[in-house]
Amino acid sequence: MGAHKLRILIAKPGLDGHDRGAKVVAQALRDAGFEVIYTGLKRTPEEIVREAVQEDVNVVGLSVLSGAHLPLATKVLAGLTAAGATDIAVVVGGIVPEADVPALKAAGVEEVFAIGTPLDRIVEAFRARAHALESGG
Amino acid sequence: MAEKRKLRDAWLHAGIPVKPVYGPDDIRRLDYHRDLGEPGEYPFTRGIHPEMYRARLWTMRQYVGFGTPAETNARFKYLMAHGQDALNVAFDLPTQLGLDSDDPRAEGEVGRVGMAVDSLADMEEAFDGIPLDRVSVSLTINSMAAPITAMYYAVAAKQGAAPERVVVTPQNDILKEFIARGTWVYPVEPSLRLVGDLIEFSTRRYPRANPVSVCGYHIREAGCTTAQEMAYGLAIAAAYAELMLKRGLPVDDFAPRISFNFTCWGKIFEEVAKFRAGRRLYARMLHERFGAKNPRSWMFRTLIGGGGSAFTVQEPENNIVRGAYIALTAALSGAQTMALPTYDEAYTIPSAKAQLIALRTMQICAEESGAADTADPLAGSYYIEWLTNEMEKKIREELAQVDRLGGIVEAVKSGVIQAEVARQAYLFEQKLLSGEIPKVAVNCYPGDAGAGEARELEVYSFDPKVAAAQVAKLNRLRRERDNSAVERTRARLRDEARGTANLMEPILEAVKAYATLGEIASALKEVFGEHKEPVAV
Repeated sequence: MGAHKLRILIAKPGLDGHDRGAKVVAQALRDAGFEVIYTGLKRTPEEIVREAVQEDVNVVGLSVLSGAHLPLATKVLAGLTAAGATDIAVVVGGIVPEADVPALKAAGVEEVFAIGTPLDRIVEAFRARAHALESGG
Repeated sequence: MAEKRKLRDAWLHAGIPVKPVYGPDDIRRLDYHRDLGEPGEYPFTRGIHPEMYRARLWTMRQYVGFGTPAETNARFKYLMAHGQDALNVAFDLPTQLGLDSDDPRAEGEVGRVGMAVDSLADMEEAFDGIPLDRVSVSLTINSMAAPITAMYYAVAAKQGAAPERVVVTPQNDILKEFIARGTWVYPVEPSLRLVGDLIEFSTRRYPRANPVSVCGYHIREAGCTTAQEMAYGLAIAAAYAELMLKRGLPVDDFAPRISFNFTCWGKIFEEVAKFRAGRRLYARMLHERFGAKNPRSWMFRTLIGGGGSAFTVQEPENNIVRGAYIALTAALSGAQTMALPTYDEAYTIPSAKAQLIALRTMQICAEESGAADTADPLAGSYYIEWLTNEMEKKIREELAQVDRLGGIVEAVKSGVIQAEVARQAYLFEQKLLSGEIPKVAVNCYPGDAGAGEARELEVYSFDPKVAAAQVAKLNRLRRERDNSAVERTRARLRDEARGTANLMEPILEAVKAYATLGEIASALKEVFGEHKEPVAV
């Protein structure tokens, strides 16, 4: 059996319009063989939850550079729970101070790729997740 | 016999290979008077002023804004006390997008990446004690440029500043926002109308305003190459010139007030050549294509700001060194105005200390380094003159590509340009990963930085009380102003938006009635609708 084809939604919640990182990560994940949907700028947490459920993705990647990562990620997580989609993992990328990482993890974010994270480390993390899914983990 | 070492490859960001040595053969066809000219003379390759910095140093204009208008006002005064001579205002995202601070979509974003502005009252507070007939101010605002600049004009009038003494540079470059920075609101056509309205109004009433600052800067920060940055900037400037000509404005009425905002980071000589080639191309475009007769119309006047994307979160103190090279590069490039990112810019809102270091870096470059002693000091270098020609070729190729796409406006609507910028950003990232583009303490000589050890960084801590205070102030305003007057001005704004009249007068009227930015923006949204982004990755 081949590797699990992870479906990934990359989303920019909030008002921040800088999406260089989101687009670079989307292209890298697609090149690594994953199915990637990028939904564009200024999505509300409600829209992101709806799209994640409709598209039946395995992972939602939130890209936030404005500093509003905690309230935004919390809302997306709450929305997924309310939609009964707790099997969808949420990861966060962007300008996230290390001091905020424990709070994000406590809220249910699985991984944080703060600015400066090499691209190959992000791709590797998604590969590991695909393998875990493959082996029923 | 020792074996000859294999030469290391050297490539520029524009895709130009660099030879180990340059000589007279590389610039055989260079004609001094045709291709360079004296500084201050057509085609301005060597700079737009005859004596450049000996006559007037570049303007120091750090990008500042956070929290409330009062906090930002205090930081303005702090920097001016240390020798900064002009301002460059950062607005928070709700302001940039025309949302009031109590809009649900503004939650968590008020005062975060710039100062919050809800109404004229906030602009009054931001510029309290700053004489707007003497200090020149850049407003980094685009989709909301018309109402925010109207607020600025209203504050200047209240201070008693004569319109002919007001030097303000609203960014007002919406095409760049569609391509790169994302703070668009309305669809492309009505957005362009607002850009044109502000240019037209300012040209007629505020002769020293620079009502548009074309920003290659943000497009490069989003990922494009050096040559694309200049090409897209020139294409955007041409689009705005066409827009004004269609309104019947003579080119020499508005062209002298077009200004630019470009980035500079990476290879020093490539950047210098980019600006020399850009000045030459712009002068020829305005002269040959648009028929401008006034020499001031031919001048490519630019703020050069170092790009934050050159900076690293690893060992952030190294960014002070990078900033010093950027300042030198900008000086050698002939900048009229300079802004530098702060060393902590890669990961936080700048601290006062970081901002002072950036200001001091520019001052040291200006006063101590000798870079300001003579105009275009690199002129005549075999390498620089060859490279200026090569950059011109590359920029022309990119301009031709934009033409093939039907012009920059069409390319923006279809999302082709956005996709190209994203593609270049990805290629750049791959080159960083492979080490083809070296980054000290990131992909070469990594030391401890790559080991994932805890970094001790001083990070701006956002105070949620800022948002609460801003909302309280907004509520007080809504209670105390004449709300029926506000509604009358909004009704007029909606009416005129349905026609073709210049909207600056009705916007100014609404501003003076203390209509909020959100109220003005939403009145226009009812008529114009909202932009639908072509998502292209």
